[in-house]
Amino acid sequence: MYTQKRYDVIVIGAGHAGCEAALASARMGCSTLMLTMNLDTIGQMSCNPAIGGLAKGHLVKEIDALGGEMAKITDRTGIQFRTLNKSKGPAVRGTRAQADKQRYRAAMKESLEKQTGLDVKQGMVEKLLVGGQRVSGVETNIGVQYLSSTVIITTGTFLKGLIHIGLSHYPSGRAGEFPSLGLSDSLRQLGFELGRLKTGTPARLNGRTIDFSRMKIQPGDDPAPFFSFSEKTHPLQQLPCYLTYTNPLTHEIIKNNLDKSPLYAGVIKGIGPRYCPSIEDKVMRFSERERHQVFLEPEGLDTEEYYANGVSTSLPVEVQTEMYRSITGLEEVEIMRPAYAIEYDYAPPMQIRHTLETKKIEGLFFAGQINGTSGYEEAAAQGLMAGINAALKVQQRQPLILARADAYIGVLIDDLVTRGTNEPYRMFTSRAEYRLILREDNADIRLRDRGREIGLVSEVDYQQFVEKRQSVERELKRIKKTWVKPSAEVNAVLEQRGSNALSSDAALEQLLKRPELSYGDISVISPTDHPLKDDAAEQVEIQIKYEGYIQRQMSQVERFASLEQKDLPEDMDYDSITGLGSEVKQKLKHVRPVSLGQASRISGVTPAAISLLLVALEKRKRGRS
Amino acid sequence: MSDQDTICAVSTAPGHGSIGIIRISGNDSIVIAKKLFHPSRPKDLLTVPSHTIHYGRIIDPEDRTIVDEALVTIMRGPGTYTREDVVEVNGHGGPVALERTLGLVIAEGARQAEPGEFTKRAFLNGRIDLAQAEAVMDVIKARTDASNRAAQEQLKGGLSREVEDLRQKLIGLLAGVEAGVDFPEEDIETPEGRPLGKEIESVALTIKGLISGFAFGKIMREGLATAIVGRPNVGKSSLLNSLLREDRAIVTSMPGTTRDIIEESITINGIAVRIIDTAGIRDTHDLVEQEGVKRSVAALASADLVLLVLDGSEPLHDGDRQILEEVSRKNTVVVINKADVPRKLEKLARPEVQIDVSCKSGQGLDELRKAISRMALGEQGAPGEHAWAVNTRHKQALEKALNSAEKAAISERNNASPEFIALDLRDALDHIGTIIGATYTEDILERVFRDFCIGK
Repeated sequence: MYTQKRYDVIVIGAGHAGCEAALASARMGCSTLMLTMNLDTIGQMSCNPAIGGLAKGHLVKEIDALGGEMAKITDRTGIQFRTLNKSKGPAVRGTRAQADKQRYRAAMKESLEKQTGLDVKQGMVEKLLVGGQRVSGVETNIGVQYLSSTVIITTGTFLKGLIHIGLSHYPSGRAGEFPSLGLSDSLRQLGFELGRLKTGTPARLNGRTIDFSRMKIQPGDDPAPFFSFSEKTHPLQQLPCYLTYTNPLTHEIIKNNLDKSPLYAGVIKGIGPRYCPSIEDKVMRFSERERHQVFLEPEGLDTEEYYANGVSTSLPVEVQTEMYRSITGLEEVEIMRPAYAIEYDYAPPMQIRHTLETKKIEGLFFAGQINGTSGYEEAAAQGLMAGINAALKVQQRQPLILARADAYIGVLIDDLVTRGTNEPYRMFTSRAEYRLILREDNADIRLRDRGREIGLVSEVDYQQFVEKRQSVERELKRIKKTWVKPSAEVNAVLEQRGSNALSSDAALEQLLKRPELSYGDISVISPTDHPLKDDAAEQVEIQIKYEGYIQRQMSQVERFASLEQKDLPEDMDYDSITGLGSEVKQKLKHVRPVSLGQASRISGVTPAAISLLLVALEKRKRGRS
Repeated sequence: MSDQDTICAVSTAPGHGSIGIIRISGNDSIVIAKKLFHPSRPKDLLTVPSHTIHYGRIIDPEDRTIVDEALVTIMRGPGTYTREDVVEVNGHGGPVALERTLGLVIAEGARQAEPGEFTKRAFLNGRIDLAQAEAVMDVIKARTDASNRAAQEQLKGGLSREVEDLRQKLIGLLAGVEAGVDFPEEDIETPEGRPLGKEIESVALTIKGLISGFAFGKIMREGLATAIVGRPNVGKSSLLNSLLREDRAIVTSMPGTTRDIIEESITINGIAVRIIDTAGIRDTHDLVEQEGVKRSVAALASADLVLLVLDGSEPLHDGDRQILEEVSRKNTVVVINKADVPRKLEKLARPEVQIDVSCKSGQGLDELRKAISRMALGEQGAPGEHAWAVNTRHKQALEKALNSAEKAAISERNNASPEFIALDLRDALDHIGTIIGATYTEDILERVFRDFCIGK
């Protein structure tokens, strides 16, 4: 047996979770090893060539604010940037980019390779080394052992991955790659409960064989909205996407071949995501619809491959070809990679804590699809938090746990550990009860300090942020105390914007609250001595215009704070609590909530049950003292 | 639910005795009491010594009407049951006035206590020792069970179905709004195609209907509290006697502790009509007019229905005008007595129903009975479609839900971005959740994926 040097943190897997985890722990000063089955697929975008979108863009900005990598790499390799929901309020605007897949991969690999304190090696982990209830390292399929005090598993769809195309299926981690078989068994042997999920991806089509002139072109925004708060990039060449539609003929082809779909033939047992149904599902469940959207997204600048968004399927290749060719503009299309469905193992996430450490094995962390999530951004967010918390554990520091009122990352993790999931979990803004204060635009204000504290945000980036925060605060103060007189100049600006003229003195703050006036107008009416950068000006405008709603959410946060701050000890004896129903006891024992706040989010735990817990806690406290 | 807010509850069992106690506990309890309670002699409740009792009136701050006559006990923490500031209001006006006082306390910012909550606070604040902890938990459980049972009883009929329908409708609306927010690139078709604003208004209307069921439920449970008012010698007692003669159901004579309260009960079309505050009716002949008027006005406060008696054989007195002024906010039937003698009373330009009655001949009494039953049951003469027996807690939740739905409707009219409309719709759902159980985000997402074809 060949044993290598000892590490602080070992990361298994080099997808979006693994990359963030390895970079975070190495940057926090922990000696880190990243093991991947294939060095050429580091940071691979296995499915669509896009990053961000509603709620996901929020996650990417939060990752950046904490000192993660995803935003920077996306900005560097993006070939289209857009703000979704631009006409809606700031809390539900989401940034999305199309990324050049090859460049993204290469840029991420470069970041990892250049990172001091991080070794990146090729190797397939077959087994976890565990002593007592503590992880001590990993062993690869060729018998190499690596020792460490913490291990982060980020295996994506590779655990017992099984690809389906039509009624044929074969073990694989991703199209063209090996699955990971041994690790799954190793986890089961350690006593972890594993479940089965399913996801799918559409075909990649050759752009040379697509008639784009018959489709609607969708260009990006100009100027491009970037993700990163710190790095300012000059964008690559920008490419558009295209929109076309399925039609009754497409649907006919699908209906006639349903018996060849593994989903409908009952071959696939795993549960797929409801928000990302296959085209078979859409046609069958919404049979009244005459067409469904198909977005063609470029996979990169140096490739002809296009991703056919909206038509993922597991039908056989010959049916796929017929189906795609029935779509306007795709009559002559050649499939380069067929669509497929994939089933894989996951560990239902009630088995982990808010730190992403498993409850069963100390030092072992799970992040990404193994926790039942879907999406690059959800994976990266967990990877970052697992990397941070593994490093903090090694350094014997307090863990970093974000609350639901702090970040979407907090919502994501709390949802997973409190309610589990039985379909691939994706983030939506509606999952965040404090949505109006968890915006993309203030992710830095919410999280930069935390990132700095744990040592992931550089001095330069932090100073830049502090200056922004100061200029926002200074300007808010000025606007709140400045009054303007009803002069001819002021009224001219107001008239130009279709706003009522002033007849008496008015507070600048009240003017900015008028829907038709922007911060730009205010700075014309009453210029400041310290002109603001665009992002600071945006912040001032949002904080004043939406003050009422922001206050309302802040008071909701406060109202729940007392419950969130009441810790429930891990060894709480729920069976002995008088009055709790047996179903509630079962759930509490299963979840082992860390606070009364978390307990209150478990379905079936009523306000009366919370009262009983409160009394039991007090009783316990007095019994001990 | 929080442990920092001020809570309140009626702490005497409903329907037992004519005195009811409302207990208020928490930081704001004395401030709230000060806003509602007007001591008979000028003093400031905020500075009176602890553990003192004060006599005065409960007055509705909105319309300045007298709700009840009360003794108020001020007890400052920590020397109280909950170790918080506690106020006890001993009301004298019976269950109707008590209910109204409780409503005012809630309107001023207190929250209706959960079952066993006073005891829970007593324990958490160290008032009760460890040995009693189990007992505390039993109390919470027992009271919760009891109130669940009671709630289930109430929910059995149509109410639970109606509230559930309402919930489903709100979830559907919210799903549509959320789908638009979270999936801006999907080709989303609204399922029914009805504009959101109209849908929200129709939800608000449904909630209003359910709230009006509260009044009906209360009448069914407690009877229609009816005051017969008028200046002395217009025939109030003859009217009472005429009604009693034919319709007497039960006669209860309950001498009150601080003043004579006599209640008579008659049944009209199956409705228990409780004639309250007969002290004002059985006036003696030597009573001065002003004293009679004063008693009448006092009797108005807690009445669901007012029968205002005028003497048709005389022109309007100043006293009559005064009382007419007082009843303008009440459900009132104007009874013009002495229809058997030539009318000298001028024609009244009033919105109230006016009925000519002769207590001597019995003329007009049938018409009066019909008018009373119409007032209680609505035009159809039978319970309306939403007329379920809603209790106070339900009513409080429904009123909050209505408020949220109305806010959502306003946002929608002002073309607010959908996430703001969603905020209020979500609040409405949370308030309804206190009646029939919480709605989780997962329930809304499930509806989104059921109703809309999402899948870019």
